[in-house]
Amino acid sequence: MNAITITELHKYYAKLHVLRGLNLSVNQGECVILLGANGCGKSTLMRCLNGLAPHDQGSIQILGEPLTRLSPAQLRRLRQKIGVVFQQFNLVQNVSVFQNVLYGALGQQRLGLLTSLSCFATAELRERAMAALERVGLAHKAQAECRALSGGQQQRVAIARTLMQDAEIIIADEPVASLDPKAGREIMDLLLDVVTERGMTVLCTLHQLELAQQYGDRIVGMKAGKIVLDAPRQQVALDDMQQLYQGETRVDQPLLSATSRLTPVTH
Amino acid sequence: MSTNRPLATALPPRFRRPSLFTCAIVLTFLVLFVQGAMATNVTFERLLRGIVNLGHFLGRAFPPDLSNLDVLAWSMFETLNIAIVGVTIGIILSLPFALLSARNTAPAPWVRTLTRFIVSTMRTIPDLIWALIFVVAVGLGPMAGVLAIIMDTIGFAARFFSERIEEVHPGPSEALSATGAGKLSVIGGAILPETLASMTATSLYSVEKALRSAVTLGLVGAGGIGVELAAAMRLFNFDRALTIILLILVVVIGFEQLSSQIRKRVI
Repeated sequence: MNAITITELHKYYAKLHVLRGLNLSVNQGECVILLGANGCGKSTLMRCLNGLAPHDQGSIQILGEPLTRLSPAQLRRLRQKIGVVFQQFNLVQNVSVFQNVLYGALGQQRLGLLTSLSCFATAELRERAMAALERVGLAHKAQAECRALSGGQQQRVAIARTLMQDAEIIIADEPVASLDPKAGREIMDLLLDVVTERGMTVLCTLHQLELAQQYGDRIVGMKAGKIVLDAPRQQVALDDMQQLYQGETRVDQPLLSATSRLTPVTH
Repeated sequence: MSTNRPLATALPPRFRRPSLFTCAIVLTFLVLFVQGAMATNVTFERLLRGIVNLGHFLGRAFPPDLSNLDVLAWSMFETLNIAIVGVTIGIILSLPFALLSARNTAPAPWVRTLTRFIVSTMRTIPDLIWALIFVVAVGLGPMAGVLAIIMDTIGFAARFFSERIEEVHPGPSEALSATGAGKLSVIGGAILPETLASMTATSLYSVEKALRSAVTLGLVGAGGIGVELAAAMRLFNFDRALTIILLILVVVIGFEQLSSQIRKRVI
């Protein structure tokens, strides 16, 4: 079974046609790296995948369940299966690192926030949060406020939050874009280690071509709202990836795939 | 630094010529000011006479009458009670009003519009008018004062709270939504921690404001030290009035100092 199946996906922001009939499938346990220039629609695609930005046409299936016409409760249940790692970490700055990790369990708790607050959480939940922090190497920072951490450390906390979530799929939207090359590599190592341990599926957007070649099982390229490259990493040359960043790349520019060596891929 | 080379372009003027609109606004304001000064009979002669009368007042007010200090202290304590109870209930009620009127937390646009209208009405009506209304509704005494301060606090605090809520960075809220958390959990887990410092500062300012209001509300029969002050002024007991004014001054300045110390620690 595919972890993610996207068929003929369209997304508009007002008159801007951002995703233009996009097709993509990701197998369970696979790590797919999504490449593409700024403005090509990568982040919109990532936001569509957990319903943060509802799509307009086409279909998305997550672990066999359609992400269309869901009630708020159904959408929340589906979101629990998808952990998201953001470029800007998106941690709550005024609370402790430990509390931020506990927030990962918010969707699983019947009483929501009440049972996810550090002071009211069950011993089991608190132990799981500490185990997640130990896994990302930040147990010693549990009591610290997030604002006191470096970018790399904050991203580790965000990964611990997704571990707490017990997600089956990780969507990582440029997780290393705000980090220096060393910290970026450490985060990618950590991310890939934890997803391999748990047999999770990863869809990760990157701009660093060498990281894509190192970490991806498959490399997918986007240009102006469409998939124009989809191949196992062994078959993708650096030159192919560089093509993704040349010519008209943004969705607010006309699609000029004819001038590219890359061809649209359909599933 | 000067240059010997002649300039090819003319220097920009030091002052820009005001637009016709600016001239019209300034002229309208000047006309209103002069007309207002004439209508309110503000004259230098009356001002001089006022200073002489003030001298008479101070002459009769000194030394302040300290004979019934225990009664006055009790009235001042009642004023404090009115302010603290009114502002506490007002602040607690301000939070749901703020959440319903902020763009990012309101459940629907019509709810936001309706709540903003209600809050705006509460703010537009001065506390003294609220006190008069509640004196009619619940009779003379501190309860009318408490109710007036509740309305005034909601009008003021709910607006500031909602503006702060709208300024919150959406990232942490999105991250919590992405875990499958419900709306209330997102508000409690991400939005409130981010706004807490600002809300505390606003709440402290509300207490200062309520304390000043509680003094004046007594003038229309809503209990507290204001009742004593009104009686003293009406009976020309200026020495007693001066004691009351000094008492108010000590309590208000004391509380402002305390509030500023708390604010420094919180922000």
